[in-house]
Amino acid sequence: MIALIDYGVGNLFSLKSSFSAVGYEATVTSDPEVIKKADKLILPGVGAFSDAAKKLRDSGLDKVIVNEAKNGKPLLGICLGMQMLFEKSCEYGEHDGLALIAGSVMPIADIIPRDYKIPHIGWNALIFRKKTPIFKYINEGDHVYFVHSYHAEECDEATTAVTEYGAYLTASVQSGNVYGCQFHPEKSGEVGLKILKAFTEL
Amino acid sequence: MITKRIIPCLDVRDGQVVKGVNFTGLREIASPVDLADYYSRAGADELVFYDITASAEGRRLFTDILTETAKKVFIPLTVGGGINSEQDFDRVLKCGADKVSVNSGAIKDPSLIGRAAKLYGDQCVVLSVDIKRVDGVFTVFSKGGRLNTGIEAIDWIKRGVDSGAGEIVVNSIDTDGVKGGFDIELLSAVCDAVSVPVIASGGAGGYDDFIKLFKALPKVDAGLAASVFHFGEINIKELKKMMKENGIEVRI
Repeated sequence: MIALIDYGVGNLFSLKSSFSAVGYEATVTSDPEVIKKADKLILPGVGAFSDAAKKLRDSGLDKVIVNEAKNGKPLLGICLGMQMLFEKSCEYGEHDGLALIAGSVMPIADIIPRDYKIPHIGWNALIFRKKTPIFKYINEGDHVYFVHSYHAEECDEATTAVTEYGAYLTASVQSGNVYGCQFHPEKSGEVGLKILKAFTEL
Repeated sequence: MITKRIIPCLDVRDGQVVKGVNFTGLREIASPVDLADYYSRAGADELVFYDITASAEGRRLFTDILTETAKKVFIPLTVGGGINSEQDFDRVLKCGADKVSVNSGAIKDPSLIGRAAKLYGDQCVVLSVDIKRVDGVFTVFSKGGRLNTGIEAIDWIKRGVDSGAGEIVVNSIDTDGVKGGFDIELLSAVCDAVSVPVIASGGAGGYDDFIKLFKALPKVDAGLAASVFHFGEINIKELKKMMKENGIEVRI
């Protein structure tokens, strides 16, 4: 069973539906016991980093997630959930993340040309940087759906794919059993479902 | 590079897809859930559902359909129609919508845009605007294009973006249903005024209209249409192939 961690940030309906579409049961939960029993964890998230990080800390689930990840349980952070895996974010001030992967979250405005629109919204192609098991059913150049204004930097060690938007933006990361996708696999059609399927098979 | 998006729009009334020709003379087409699934497989980049129901029963049917669609279709879903409050945002987001489009509701209460953006993020709030030339001035119409608000459109759109709208759907009443091409003049004025994604709507009659749109206005992010897709006059796979051959970035 996959636990979709519900800490009051974002809508888990599509994620839950997309796991059923690939034949895997996913439970939306904020119960530490359920999270401990799950085979795999999904950390979702939309909105502002500081709000989400505060909600996660207030719920006490931050420690549970870090413990489970350190014990080797596969964890996938999606969008803001991926950004939370890093040491810190510079979205409106400086905020601590879960520090499961080395790196920090910075505004894409710092690196993309000025005439590019922010947020980076839409379908963009994946450029592979490193082999990762969650991409075993997809190909380089496949398109996935992004909605974000910040991305991870100083994480070259962990970067598995980037995307080009006037500059290379970090699209996905892996450090051991901890995975992150800046894009939304649950909104990325067949390609996204193949990524989620590969995650269920870890 | 980010791709140009092709977005079929499904107007839903009492659980069925309909398409207005110049906003009147509605006729029924097919099951919205089946149509959404079909479009997703055909390569649509996103779907828009417009609820054009007035009754409470119709609204319930609409949210049921939305829920069923979100269980089967894994591309972004935008929902519009009858969005007047944060409660309306909440209702459709819980059913699986990713973005919510406001139109008349924002004209009645412009602060709705900012309140919703603060709650759900700018990326969630789409400002949809029905625009018609009145004595040569781009003017905002409400109530499905029936009521002249007297508001100048470009200024309205700028204010919407300043309040937190993350995307703009520009629907030209002058070109809608005429199938003579998108309203390049109007879209160009909008693209010059704002820096958020702009979605062109109203006037698609054939493949060439999309090519002309993206060639003439590289700043337009997406093209939206309804009947040309519903009646099979434009096949999305073919359209994207043709766009690619014309050097326009698409997701195939």
